[in-house]
Amino acid sequence: MATVALPETKTMLTLPGDAVRQIQWRFADRFDIQMLVQSARTVARSTVARLVAAGERNTHEWTPAKAGMFEAFDRSGVTAAFMEPEEGGFIAGPKNLALSLAAFELAWVDGGAATASLASFLALAPIHERGTQEQITHYKTLAAPPQAGEDRKPWRGAFALTEPIPYVGVDTGMLSGRISIAGWKPGEEPMLQVDKRGRFITGIAFANFVTAAVMSEDPRIKGSCVIILEEGDPGSFDRGTPTKKLVHQLSSTGDPIFNLNVPANRIVGGYTVKDGVIVPNYNHGEIIEAVFRRTRVPVGLMTAAKLLSAVEPVIRYQRERFRGAEGSRPGSVRYEQGIQQREDALHRLVDIWATGEAAASLGFAAARLFDALDPLEKHKTAVLKEQGIQGGRAEIKALKESERRAILLLSLKPSDPGRAELEADPLVQYVLMDAEANVLCPATKLWNTGHGANMMREAVSLMGGYGITEDCPGFLANKWMDAQLEATYEGPEAVQRRQLTVTMTSELFLAEFRAWTVEMRRIASDRPGTGACTLASAMNLWLWTIDYLHKSTDPEGNKLYHGQRQGVTFALADALCWLLASRAQILDVLELEAQGATDAVAAEGLEGTVQFLSDLCHTQAAQAAGEVSRICAELVFGYNRHPAWDDEDHKSCFLSSELEAYEETMPGITAMAVDVLAADGTHPPKAGPCAGCIGSAEFLRLQSKLTTCLSGCRLAKDRAADTVSKVMIPEALDYPA
Amino acid sequence: MANALHIVVCAGISPDPLQTLEPITTPNGPGLKNELVLPAVLDPWAASALYEAAALAPKNPGSKLWLVSLGPKAKLQQVMMTVAQKVPFELVPIDGPIGGFPDAHSTAAALADTIASLPGLDRAKLLLFGGWESATRGAGITLQIVGERLGITDQFYGVDQIDLHDDGSFEVLERIEGGRHQVSVCAGTPAVLGWATGNLAEPRNNPQVGMANMRTIMPALQKAKPATLAANSLRYVSVSLPKQQRTTRVVKDLTPDQIAAELVEWIGAE
Repeated sequence: MATVALPETKTMLTLPGDAVRQIQWRFADRFDIQMLVQSARTVARSTVARLVAAGERNTHEWTPAKAGMFEAFDRSGVTAAFMEPEEGGFIAGPKNLALSLAAFELAWVDGGAATASLASFLALAPIHERGTQEQITHYKTLAAPPQAGEDRKPWRGAFALTEPIPYVGVDTGMLSGRISIAGWKPGEEPMLQVDKRGRFITGIAFANFVTAAVMSEDPRIKGSCVIILEEGDPGSFDRGTPTKKLVHQLSSTGDPIFNLNVPANRIVGGYTVKDGVIVPNYNHGEIIEAVFRRTRVPVGLMTAAKLLSAVEPVIRYQRERFRGAEGSRPGSVRYEQGIQQREDALHRLVDIWATGEAAASLGFAAARLFDALDPLEKHKTAVLKEQGIQGGRAEIKALKESERRAILLLSLKPSDPGRAELEADPLVQYVLMDAEANVLCPATKLWNTGHGANMMREAVSLMGGYGITEDCPGFLANKWMDAQLEATYEGPEAVQRRQLTVTMTSELFLAEFRAWTVEMRRIASDRPGTGACTLASAMNLWLWTIDYLHKSTDPEGNKLYHGQRQGVTFALADALCWLLASRAQILDVLELEAQGATDAVAAEGLEGTVQFLSDLCHTQAAQAAGEVSRICAELVFGYNRHPAWDDEDHKSCFLSSELEAYEETMPGITAMAVDVLAADGTHPPKAGPCAGCIGSAEFLRLQSKLTTCLSGCRLAKDRAADTVSKVMIPEALDYPA
Repeated sequence: MANALHIVVCAGISPDPLQTLEPITTPNGPGLKNELVLPAVLDPWAASALYEAAALAPKNPGSKLWLVSLGPKAKLQQVMMTVAQKVPFELVPIDGPIGGFPDAHSTAAALADTIASLPGLDRAKLLLFGGWESATRGAGITLQIVGERLGITDQFYGVDQIDLHDDGSFEVLERIEGGRHQVSVCAGTPAVLGWATGNLAEPRNNPQVGMANMRTIMPALQKAKPATLAANSLRYVSVSLPKQQRTTRVVKDLTPDQIAAELVEWIGAE
């Protein structure tokens, strides 16, 4: 083979590698996390992939082969990633980004494997977040993989919240699990009777301990709590039958029944005794909130991983589609490019890729935010405790002043000398991050999994009939099906939308959002090809719409923006998610552009990589803008009754003959009149006079601006498609299929 | 402490074998298309040497293990994220060009100079390990030249096993034709061992070992000395990929014996 000189090019050379991702997702300086990524990837693309390829997903039961996956997790460091170094782990400090990356790597091959790893963390999470120090040390040490010289099996856990219908599920407030006092001798630890039935409990087949949400049915125990159950406790620890899932079969799921006698010191976070009543220090709702707001992010990233994992097998399939056919000889366009000769195939893959990039950027931004938030949250709790303030409502009230200061900070110009003092205030930092996290977490869970599932279907479709076979490289059909579970567990889409309905309308978040709009315009000014300007226009439209909806009523006089009016609130939440994902994607590309040159590997072909990823941003921003425009228009106009010809206000339409007469004295009036009666007095054939609504002029101005802001987005898509047709991919997928 | 060893493993990095490897002409001679951005792995032959060394060192108290590697330090860092979790070692990186085409003499000189200047190295105790048929810098002579430059004339290649004796001598199994081994006994260190695959499985991952290694690896990478490898008189006339030989047939209803017989016949014909 003769060698050829490589021409200078701005096209992305290869699929984005680790060096690029580490910069984009901000862990280039974290070798502990980089090591975790490599080891999780090794497990995913060897042990896990072999399990899937061997058909282990075809059984609901927990098998020795599936159990072997956990041993691989232990060896690779995935299990230990949740622990502090003193507990047997190797990553110090907050681990949201680390765990998210591990889940991302595992889900690249199989979502069930990722879920299996996350489920163990989920069981520990209540203890980690709100447990006493004794509980934390005890259970996390037990769950840590054995150290050198140790001969023990690590404990596995399961988190039991969900109960048989009609109890805990969407509404976590309804609990049927019960707790009562079985015995309480003076001076001794009270013994508690726990009765709990679980449903769809992950990891239950092998769990050594369970963290279960229960409600008191005893006047001597107040409220609810999360309690730790162990398989050796007196009573019945029935793991139940395996759930016959169609998805995520590499994780164990079942409907257990617990009837156990446990000491009261198993109440997560401990308890105090007041007037002879056991008062748990945390009720189950407080614990679940603390847990889920973190653990939902990795779930969203799992779907993002699948979308990005689909790119390579789809490209390979497209290029090799006609090889072997008569007349398709090496060197011919048909042989070399296959289906990629066709624009549609490329454009659809660009859409999938862009969605994957946006979903990953949104999820990792949320994960990093929680890493930053964790120490601030601890600091906030300590500061308020010093002031004698503890508990949910008291803290919310106490933080009002900090929120006011945070809003003030957002209103100050960069050069304002008053900023320094506000920025240095940890409570101001806390409320700012908290407001953002309260939105990014449900947005990640909602958009990544929901829209991600739709786009996974698109990825499957690009593989033709091959896509829905077990032989499909990359297990794309499995990933598509799995995405539906990811959209459901840990709070289905309605729960995420409901949370967004509340958090996205906080005064502080809206102030942050306004500042982001300005930020996007500024970015657009420097980097016009990213779609930032389109996005800023869409953000403005969304802001205008939410403000309008807050002030407006329907024809019956009912408020449009109202908690019960989910046709409005949920739709706006959906629209917001598109914007947030697109923004995160743009920021990640800017980070790569700014920092890429400092890494010799990322710097190689950086210009081309940034160009391609920017084109994906532009494509995604245009998609987001379209969604926002459609949703907002529906909401703004959709709650007005369409005018009818016999409405009082519309009875006096012009006759065409009248207009002709008026035209002589008022030139141009004919063009202004939209509803004109024919000479015989009949109406134009349509539903009624054209509609308008109060304030619509401003909406239409913003929407019109948004529409023109789409200029160039399809050119960006064409460029991205061209890169997709040329980018170098490996010879073969690096995991079996 | 009579058998305390100072083991230096020379290991390069190479593109992940699943990547598309397309020869191109660069201003510095032949190269692989986009090689710098392709995922890299530790040369598999040298990785065997590293794992053998890591197994040998704890059996001989007082031993030390260095991994000397020449390549772009950013690439080395990426590879270390995996390798460092396998066994404990001290990385000695040399920041040099990527690729398998630089002159073996220049490469060997850079490696030998670095090894000679290792602080605390006792060359009388030195076992110089490397890959027998390295995937990188695979001229087949690099390790030999490094040994020669260090004055080590006891050299063994295609090594699958080493057994140390109490008197400091050791027995080496080297691969020879016909699936057999040549058994040699060497009076003692220093020696060069170019490893085949050895007998050890890839060590289990251990993130704790990785964290311990990284505390020295990251500073070492930051301080890695640059090396420019002179081409000397080396000139490549042409470069090509090995010819792909893949003739797949889907065959049903054959017994294992029939399949085996056909394979033997095919191998014989080759």
